[in-house]
Amino acid sequence: MKSLEPGMTLIVKTITRLTVGLILLYGVYIVLHGHLTPGGGFAGGVIIALSFIHLMLAFGREVALKKISEARASVIENLGAVMFLSIAVLGFSGGYFFFNFFVNKGRPFHLFSAGIIPLCNIAISLKVGAGLFAIFAALILFRSSEKEE
Amino acid sequence: MSEYILCFTLFCIGLYCVLRKRNIIKIIIGLGIVEYAVNLFFVLIGYRLHGRAPILAKDQAITNMVDPIPQALVLTSIVIGLAVTALIVALAIRIYEKYGTFDITKIRRLRG
Amino acid sequence: MELNILLLFMIFSAIVAVQVEDLLSSVIAVGAVGLGLSLAFLVLKAPDLAITQLVVEILCLIILIRATIKKDLPFSTSGRWVFNTVSTLVSIVVFLFFAYFALRQLPRFGAPIMRVAEEYIASGQEKTGATNLVAAIILDFRGYDTLGEATVLFTAVIGVLAIIRKTGRIKNEES
Repeated sequence: MKSLEPGMTLIVKTITRLTVGLILLYGVYIVLHGHLTPGGGFAGGVIIALSFIHLMLAFGREVALKKISEARASVIENLGAVMFLSIAVLGFSGGYFFFNFFVNKGRPFHLFSAGIIPLCNIAISLKVGAGLFAIFAALILFRSSEKEE
Repeated sequence: MSEYILCFTLFCIGLYCVLRKRNIIKIIIGLGIVEYAVNLFFVLIGYRLHGRAPILAKDQAITNMVDPIPQALVLTSIVIGLAVTALIVALAIRIYEKYGTFDITKIRRLRG
Repeated sequence: MELNILLLFMIFSAIVAVQVEDLLSSVIAVGAVGLGLSLAFLVLKAPDLAITQLVVEILCLIILIRATIKKDLPFSTSGRWVFNTVSTLVSIVVFLFFAYFALRQLPRFGAPIMRVAEEYIASGQEKTGATNLVAAIILDFRGYDTLGEATVLFTAVIGVLAIIRKTGRIKNEES
């Protein structure tokens, strides 16, 4: 059986080159329009993680880890968590924890509206996406190194 | 009423799989089925017949919407279920590396 | 009517997933249950949940298949068979007994009691400015629950990385 290192066959690699950027773009779209259409931070974060996992499954783990290394993934996850907490604590300026402190909430049905909700969506998607990618990278790296012994 | 009974049947199938099977991967599959049944039950409670999805559209009156609170609770529950499944799979991989088998009766008898 | 057909399909797939002995086939059958659940969320007018359930199902299938592939299945049924069957039957009977009492107290299917949700629906648009009411609830009205969920996800990631991490081991000391 072929080893895991070169990745998958040529057809899979060609299709992956064409579609992995579109999957990432679709995930970013779902995150940014979370307050207007169904979706939100959780679904968008999982889709962003799926695009990097697609890259790792098709090309082997070195190519994917060159794009996002594990240390950088954990830094991005911590950044998302700190951003979410700081938005919550900044609500103290308006009255209480998690207060929606933008006074002008914008016009509805537009992209820049609804106060802190888009910022919270971005923070959640960073956290969920980077966390799930770190879980998958740890499970796959463990399997490959165990198989070589 | 029949929908609630079918949902409880799905929960019982998952519960039977967790209690009776001897392979760890089967136990993980049963746990996943139990979690699907619980999420479905939450959303079934908040459904209104001939209701609308809780997304506002332009120039439409706010009448007859389904209950949005169970949907908000289930949204986080789905992602948490995935994280717990990943954790159990990591434990199963470690157990296989140490004992060489997925059978839980053999794991109890070996003193590793 | 469609909901009943979808639930029957899910139950049939779950029975297939539980009884089949090949691991790869049962994982694929669980994928069928998750897909049926996503369609059921769509019929129950919950589009947020349908998107999230679909992508989470795909990721769960990928993780399960990568954990079980190329691993053998030493399957054996040993003793204590009577005790196992009796305790399983007792657990299921106890669950169904309490489920019967709960089922009599539930509201009729299709007529929910929306005491708190009426205020969220009526004032959600002008208090938060968002048109997706579910996003407004999880991020503005009930932000604490989202903070708890982020904490649980963080803990699960730390747990997986702590379990998988290989501690240093000198190779020539092992036989």
